[in-house]
Amino acid sequence: MDLVNLFIKAVFVENLALTFFLGMCTFLAVSKKIGTALGLGIAVIVVQSLTIPINNLIYQFLIKDRALAWAGLPEISLDFLGLITYISVIAAVVQVLEMFLDRYVPSLYNSLGIFLPLITVNCAILGGCLFMVERDYTFSESVTYGVGSGAGWALAIVAMAGVREKLKYSDIPEGLQGLGVTFITAGLMALGFMAFSGIQL
Amino acid sequence: MSYQHKKIIFEPIVDNNPVILQVLGICSALAVTSKLSTTITMCIALTVVTAFSNAAISLVRNHTPSSIRIIVQMTIISSLVIVTDQFIKAYAFSISKDLSVFVGLIITNCIVMGRAEAYAMKHPPFPSFLDGLGNGLGYSALLMVVGVIRELFGSGSLFGYPILPLDRDGGWYVPNGLLLLPPSAFFLIGMIIWVVRSWKPAQVEQPEYKIYHAPRPEVAS
Repeated sequence: MDLVNLFIKAVFVENLALTFFLGMCTFLAVSKKIGTALGLGIAVIVVQSLTIPINNLIYQFLIKDRALAWAGLPEISLDFLGLITYISVIAAVVQVLEMFLDRYVPSLYNSLGIFLPLITVNCAILGGCLFMVERDYTFSESVTYGVGSGAGWALAIVAMAGVREKLKYSDIPEGLQGLGVTFITAGLMALGFMAFSGIQL
Repeated sequence: MSYQHKKIIFEPIVDNNPVILQVLGICSALAVTSKLSTTITMCIALTVVTAFSNAAISLVRNHTPSSIRIIVQMTIISSLVIVTDQFIKAYAFSISKDLSVFVGLIITNCIVMGRAEAYAMKHPPFPSFLDGLGNGLGYSALLMVVGVIRELFGSGSLFGYPILPLDRDGGWYVPNGLLLLPPSAFFLIGMIIWVVRSWKPAQVEQPEYKIYHAPRPEVAS
């Protein structure tokens, strides 16, 4: 039940894109068409649900304060190496995933391929890992959080793309054209997502 | 300082602002601006990291094979961010609690990567350093504007000192709670983009579709 609650919270209440503004650069740049937005969303779900659990294991057994007790080194704390480790893990996972898809699922590779390198520098992925560390999730919680936060981000970008596809037919003041009105739309969507706050199962 | 150097520093502040024109580094621009003290810490951290990472990447640019350049840039940037993060934790612990994950997220801030890729890989160290500094300042300028508006009108204070006397303490100002909530940052940046683009029409994007005004049919009377 706790895990279900965590999942709902990660998707709606603490939506990475619309309440923490993570991955905004890609969120604004790649949300012009529903098709591409969906592709990127799926890629984020996959990468997020792989990297957060992997980073969780590394954090629990290597980096956390007193985590090296199992190796007989209880007084060593490597937590200053956290950031560089997480980002390397993300870069490596993305690279391996890219090679794996290219070899075994070429059709998926062709549709997701261009988005995978973008994901390495997507703050939603690193942000998810850092939230996992800050809240000290256990392994099962981290799996749930990874899938949930990825799904939340995907939901947000697909919804945004849907709005923008309609928006391009509207008559917008000149200075607000393009980026400006996208920001305001995202703001309205974020207001909508605030309605979910406080939901508990 | 020659004219060229001055131009490298000042151009990104309005004419080529990283946030509103190049659409880089928006994530943190929205999330840290509800209080001015966190905003300014974030601005300084980002400017320092961008300037030094640009200089360092430019120093090794001729020795980096292009196939591994992204990972080299990442390593340099994340080492600098770790130093900054430890520094903020040591000297401003309460602010670092407020910023939570956002200092770490400078690593994936597109301004740092974007400038490394677009400028530092092609230019010598000193101009790269200035370019990083300029882009950091452009980012800071926008963040400070948003931060001042949000804190002044959202809680009637600046840096935590009361400026507008609040309604609940017997003053006249009723704070606008919306400005403290995350969505207001979107509206503010949207409005700032509108203002800047009305001032500098060259930055206006062309619409993909134009509404066609059909000529009114002449009706014989």
